[in-house]
Amino acid sequence: FVFIMRCNFRIVLFLPPGLYKTPGRKMQIWLFYEELVIRPLHSGDIYASFQFRTVWETDFMRGNKVSHYRLFPKSLGQVISKFSVRELHISFTQGYWRTMQWGQPFQPSPPGAELWVWFQDSVTDVDGTWKELTNVLSGIFCASLNFIDSTNTVQPSASFKPLGIGNETDHRFLRYATLPREIVCTENLTPWKKLLPCGSKAGLAVLLKSEKLFHSSFHSQAVHIRPVCQDWQCKTTSWELRQTLNVVFDLHNSAQGKREWSLFKMFSRTLTEACPLASSSKIYIDITDNPQGEQFEVSPATPLLSQAVVLGDRRTFSVYDLTQQITFGTVRSLNLLIRWKSSEGDMLRPLLHAERYVAGYGLQTGEIHTLMYNNHPYRSFPVLLLDSVPWYLRLYIHTLTVTSKGKDNKPSYIHYQPSKDRLRPHLLEMLVQLPPNSVTEVTVQFERALLKWTEYTPDPNHGFYVGSSVISSLVPSIVAMDTNSTRERPLFSSFFPCKEESSYFVRVYTEPLLVNLPTPDFSMPYNVICLTCTVVAVGYGSLYNLLTRSFQIEEPSPGLAKRIANIIRKMRGVPPL
Amino acid sequence: MGLLSDPNRRRALISLLTRLNSPICVVCYMAGVAWFMGLAFEPFTLRTYMSENAMGSTMVEERFPAGERALTTGREFSAHKKKAGGMPVDWLVKTMQARGLEVFTQRFSRKLPFPDENKERYMVKGTNVYGILRAPRAPRTEALVLSAPCTPGDSNNQAVGLLLGLAQYFRNQIYWAKDIIFLVNEHDLIGMQAWLEGYHHTNTTGMDWSPLQGRGGSIQAALSLELSSDVITSMDLVLEGLNGQLPNLDLANLFYAFCQKIGVLCTIQGKLQRNDWDSVSGYSHSVQTMMLMVMKQASGRPWGDHGLFLRYHIEAASIKGINSFRQYKTDVTTIGRLLEGMYRKLNNLLERLHQSYFFYLMPSLSHFVSIGYYMPAFGLLAVILLLRALDLWVQLVSSPGVLSVLTPLVISHLTGVALYTLPIQFQEMAVEQFPVSETEAVVLTAIGYNVFLFIYIGWRVLKLVAVLYLAVLLGCTALINFSLGFILALTLVPVAAFVTPHVPKVLSAFILVILSPACTLLFSVFFFQELQELPVSFQEGWLLYLSVISQGILDHFLYGSLVYPLIALLVYPCWLLFWNILFWK
Repeated sequence: FVFIMRCNFRIVLFLPPGLYKTPGRKMQIWLFYEELVIRPLHSGDIYASFQFRTVWETDFMRGNKVSHYRLFPKSLGQVISKFSVRELHISFTQGYWRTMQWGQPFQPSPPGAELWVWFQDSVTDVDGTWKELTNVLSGIFCASLNFIDSTNTVQPSASFKPLGIGNETDHRFLRYATLPREIVCTENLTPWKKLLPCGSKAGLAVLLKSEKLFHSSFHSQAVHIRPVCQDWQCKTTSWELRQTLNVVFDLHNSAQGKREWSLFKMFSRTLTEACPLASSSKIYIDITDNPQGEQFEVSPATPLLSQAVVLGDRRTFSVYDLTQQITFGTVRSLNLLIRWKSSEGDMLRPLLHAERYVAGYGLQTGEIHTLMYNNHPYRSFPVLLLDSVPWYLRLYIHTLTVTSKGKDNKPSYIHYQPSKDRLRPHLLEMLVQLPPNSVTEVTVQFERALLKWTEYTPDPNHGFYVGSSVISSLVPSIVAMDTNSTRERPLFSSFFPCKEESSYFVRVYTEPLLVNLPTPDFSMPYNVICLTCTVVAVGYGSLYNLLTRSFQIEEPSPGLAKRIANIIRKMRGVPPL
Repeated sequence: MGLLSDPNRRRALISLLTRLNSPICVVCYMAGVAWFMGLAFEPFTLRTYMSENAMGSTMVEERFPAGERALTTGREFSAHKKKAGGMPVDWLVKTMQARGLEVFTQRFSRKLPFPDENKERYMVKGTNVYGILRAPRAPRTEALVLSAPCTPGDSNNQAVGLLLGLAQYFRNQIYWAKDIIFLVNEHDLIGMQAWLEGYHHTNTTGMDWSPLQGRGGSIQAALSLELSSDVITSMDLVLEGLNGQLPNLDLANLFYAFCQKIGVLCTIQGKLQRNDWDSVSGYSHSVQTMMLMVMKQASGRPWGDHGLFLRYHIEAASIKGINSFRQYKTDVTTIGRLLEGMYRKLNNLLERLHQSYFFYLMPSLSHFVSIGYYMPAFGLLAVILLLRALDLWVQLVSSPGVLSVLTPLVISHLTGVALYTLPIQFQEMAVEQFPVSETEAVVLTAIGYNVFLFIYIGWRVLKLVAVLYLAVLLGCTALINFSLGFILALTLVPVAAFVTPHVPKVLSAFILVILSPACTLLFSVFFFQELQELPVSFQEGWLLYLSVISQGILDHFLYGSLVYPLIALLVYPCWLLFWNILFWK
């Protein structure tokens, strides 16, 4: 077996990347791309985003028996075919993305674990399949996904549309769940790395060392599987697997306050080669804020530049192509160095951001406040707010208010599914128009339920988590705001803002909430209280008896002998005994 | 219960209780007082111990090095404070930002119901500045708070300096699992109230504040730091909060444990611990410490900035650096290490502090009296009321009409309502009409009238109702605030026990006035001063008494303290009922 593996590997090396011929079948195409985007942040922190993309032209569905996987991880391929998954998105995140300091991430994700899956319309028992799928994924990723059950699964009607091809939007086939408490650690990273074609042996993945990745301010890893078009006519479809990993290193913790970053400092490794299986392997450094090199300096310098509109903003990137030997220079290793010249870190004003908190005090009621900020100077835009609240917070939906600028803001669409105790959570989806330059506040009151004593977690005084709310929106892009857009483009192209650039899709996750529920004291005093209550109850019963009854002395009824004696005495005319 | 359901034995028992009623009551009273005094005797108390495992066994190292730099920052702060004539908001924002915190400000304003003469303020406007240290990979669900008040004058500059120094040091550490909020609050408790109300988006006292921009989730614990000199001799721990609430005992244990570890002298109620518990002076020392705690708790006011956190179920304490004329001095680096150790242990918490006691008294920092030990003292006093009620019940021949007692009850409560509302209503008028200060005006309108009610019903029914009413009232009070309940019981129970229309009128009336809630407060003021070893003359004491009353009323309106409404609306009417019984014809 080892021998065959080796042979395969050799064949792979000799063929041009991407085109591999399977004996006896038509030509299949596997493609693997890897890239790393590094963005120096204003706060002095640094953001590194890895993406590994595998494309495989095949058809799992329609009863096709697939046994030959090559670059595509077999474990995931089998999951897709067994559970008839059309799209699968899973993310594990430790930390909270700080929009005010870091801007928008390339791939947003909520703290903890998030899983959303679109099933094929051929699936009849979606809930059962979902349950099995979560258990299998739990094994694949070594995560507690098996804790996903009906009490934290929802079917959003509008917020999560399929990202791949296909027009099926019947949300009966969609399942969405988050586990805000899930902690991400090395044991989740290792299986994630094993899905890569080169593992962590070569290419960009050598940088993924857990001792550095978890010494950071933010860590998020994700797997996205979706069907995509193979060509522009979309005659054939193929499966795309995207593995992403986002990490932010902290200026004060990882760099000791020095505004100087290098690959070695971040990952304690340098790069020496691309993954041999990759058809493209690139590093991008975001130098948009640094056109003349006045903010920071990047070395080694590269002549390659690339421009792209990312998240509504036209960005410029320096590109390092790892497939070219020249990138590695004479020392045969690439250690990118970014040295800041200035040191100022102001808060950003992202166009859309949100926060959430619990208001009130005491253990009976409370109020969830969700604040959504639209910082656009003159344009309003609609957002879709998705809130999934566990059943033990009983939402008083009649207290739902949406206000912006002190005025009532009526949502144009509300989808509310009330919870059922111990069965399903509340689901609230709203389409709200955010006026320009405003804060929109959504409040809803709740009552904290008293759980059964077996339903408390082992650490009930820690509190109970409520997952992040999800805000999805098409945000007017900065490019469209740019009044000087005539600078670089021909005049005829710039009068009407073209659709692709006029707005962009953003998903913002709020922080999860930690809510204390009324908790009995599960300790010795609790027993004492139980005992005292029993004693008081018994005492009260007796006292009540004493107070409500009147007692009289009653002679005991005489015995038979005495009665007979009395009858005889009566007959004799003698007074009875 | 067989004893009671047998009419013969029941009759015997009742006759015994009625015959020996007065002696039993006297014995109970004595026993209650004796029990209470025994609580401070060390062999009867428990040693404190850390209940929370997350804080107990784990070791942390304290490495805070930058005490001198913190003092320099404190001096800078002082200079900027002088220049700005109050809170140097811009400087603080810039300094906190430079230390890598997310900085936010909150403006607030409050018009007091009447001018506060102690602190000379009426219209209060201020700004709180706070910076959040975001824990590296925590999703903003939990937070700890470290606060230092920005007070006018030269005090507390070192506290702010140390706070900023700790912020800088903490920021470079990777181990934080909870966000840490560094708060500098202006106008001490008013600023703290504004910040807490803003953080939890509640408004219980009608204060104006601007909404907070940044939050760190649910706050697990808070410490308030007060430090006014570069070196100190001891650290004092203040626990008593609003309405007599106390933080979990583990917070006190944590402080004590670290003081022991680092070698800082620590006090509670400003009293050092003594080892000679078996000597008379040692015993009286711990009685003093405990009595100070009882008096402070009974007052129901927050005795430090931490006091307002407790309403939100956040365990909090104030730590005050004291510089007296002792040889042994501690520098700021050591205090920084003390705080670092405490925050690292709090950071290790998996759950809120809940393992240890919430109801306790402390005769010294290493010993405590739990609720199970001190409640019998109150129970012995409360049982007198029940015995008296039983006695009266037996004496009642015919079944009493409930309606007959309604009139005195309603009238005395109306006077209570008047006592509650009039001081604020009439103080302005009084200030305009007479040459008195605001405080005096408030207090004089409060105590200026004594109502003589003459209502003709069977006094036994009235007394029965009054005694039971008092029993319920004191019982509920003692459950929430033991000290207040006990002090009230100490004075009101004798009144309730002996008052009948047949005792000598003048003498009884005198005793009744002496044991009224108002006079209890007056004695408490003198006693408290005596305990603090700051005895005052009668004149000063009287002024102090007036200011204590006005402070109590202010506490109610500013922070929602419940002692003033309790006394005015419930205890005073109850006392009036007994007055009424005395003058029954």
